[in-house]
Amino acid sequence: MSARAIRRRILSAAMTGLVGVLCAAAVLPLVLIFADLLHKGATSIDWNFFVRTPVPIGQSGGGVAHAIVGSAIIVGTACLIGLPIGIGAGIYLAEYGTGRLGWTVRFVADVLNGTPSIVIGILAWTWFVRPVGHFSALAASVALAMLMVPMVARTTEEMVRLVPHSLREAALALGYPRWRTSLQVVVRTAVAGIVTGALVAVARIAGETAPLLFTALGNLNFSLSLGHPMQALPLQIFTYATGPFEEWHRLAWASALVLMALVLLLAMAARWATRQRYGTR
Amino acid sequence: MAPADAPARLATQRLTALFDRTVAVREISLLFPANTVTAIIGPSGCGKSTFLRCLNRMHELSEGGWITGRVLLDDVDVYGGTVDPVAVRRRIGMVFQRPTPFPTMSIHDNVAAGLRVNGRLPGAAVTTAVERALRQAALWDEVHDRLNSSALALSGGQQQRLCIARALAPQPEVLLLDEPTGSLDPAGTQRIEELCHDLKRRYTIVIVTHNLQQAARVSDYTAFFYLGKLVEVGRTAELFTRPAREETEAYLTGRFG
Repeated sequence: MSARAIRRRILSAAMTGLVGVLCAAAVLPLVLIFADLLHKGATSIDWNFFVRTPVPIGQSGGGVAHAIVGSAIIVGTACLIGLPIGIGAGIYLAEYGTGRLGWTVRFVADVLNGTPSIVIGILAWTWFVRPVGHFSALAASVALAMLMVPMVARTTEEMVRLVPHSLREAALALGYPRWRTSLQVVVRTAVAGIVTGALVAVARIAGETAPLLFTALGNLNFSLSLGHPMQALPLQIFTYATGPFEEWHRLAWASALVLMALVLLLAMAARWATRQRYGTR
Repeated sequence: MAPADAPARLATQRLTALFDRTVAVREISLLFPANTVTAIIGPSGCGKSTFLRCLNRMHELSEGGWITGRVLLDDVDVYGGTVDPVAVRRRIGMVFQRPTPFPTMSIHDNVAAGLRVNGRLPGAAVTTAVERALRQAALWDEVHDRLNSSALALSGGQQQRLCIARALAPQPEVLLLDEPTGSLDPAGTQRIEELCHDLKRRYTIVIVTHNLQQAARVSDYTAFFYLGKLVEVGRTAELFTRPAREETEAYLTGRFG
């Protein structure tokens, strides 16, 4: 082998090793977090943890059922509000957003994307908590929806834009009206990407804490009412982790593990949704 | 100059196509007789594709695209005030250079797409029409046992014939082919060319091609475009053997383009 070929091989091996290390470094935090959560939280998770509400300090067997259900209700309502607006705005931006209005919407979405979530929380408090006079789960959902809309709008736009122009032309040449071309060919082709974007956004907001502090507030009891304070997993973790009791710390770790597992499940659902519909290519 | 020995199906009169203020195609008057294949040849950028896209009102969908002049389909101006461009595109089918099967649809649904958009048809009628279109496109034998699998599973040449079947299914009157073999291998090219011969019994075909041999093989008439203008048009055999204009001869003999 010539010296040059040897040098190439060494360089290639070194580079492969380097990207391997960097890749491991990127994955490491997630692994560490999960390992730590499993180590500290898994032992506190039992049946009661999922089906019961907190018990007074000193007693055992309490759970966070109210926070799990609360998170589901708050995030679910946020999706009902945020996804149609976000996806609709994204489709508009990709299909018709070439003019000044499109530019403005895109700019506003980008600014909103960069707005700290605590600011959104304060905004929701000013609009939906102060006028009503009390905290509510609905205010939390609105705050989370406001966080979702720009994220979902921009990912939807990108996904719709990825659909080749030739496909649009093929549909139009076939006698599809513009709106049917948009919905039945272009958006339908992009739907896997749109669903992924939506699920990633849901995973993001499911862990948001700051906006909930000013809106849902938290609740020690089980509540299904959107008009009243409601507990959520991030709030539960916040309260328990900063509390003085050992029992609370255990439950905080366990809650964090559950929240993390739910987010992971959503991410996996996103992967599943983007798999090729037909088993080719 | 224009051929006139068969009833005209499609005709253009002083058709000029523009992008904003740039003229792409200038004052072209051509006749496309029924049941013939007309090839449009010329160097890249001469306006062949733009001209073709004016015929089914696709050009106006391009950014800044507009036209002057007339395009007559059975003596009715397709750019007339009361004409719906969507209806025009249903009567004039089009196939592009690259195969464009709809990736979310099965082979069957791809062919049925143009039928379904035309209104609700009973399932049996759709099945019949899909088979007829696939047979016309010479694809039926290869796909009849896997109509429900993805269109993306087909080879490039099969995908292109699928696109032809999709264009044929709604039974258009005119078929526009924009370099339909541009991305195919020789075998796929040959299939498409054979198809042109079969299809002209039912349709009026206009084909844009870079390939002079292809024009000679498939077409009855050939029009030579250069710099956005129509230089010459005539019976294919005549144009290739005795071109009337010097530019045509120069192009045919490979001196430019």
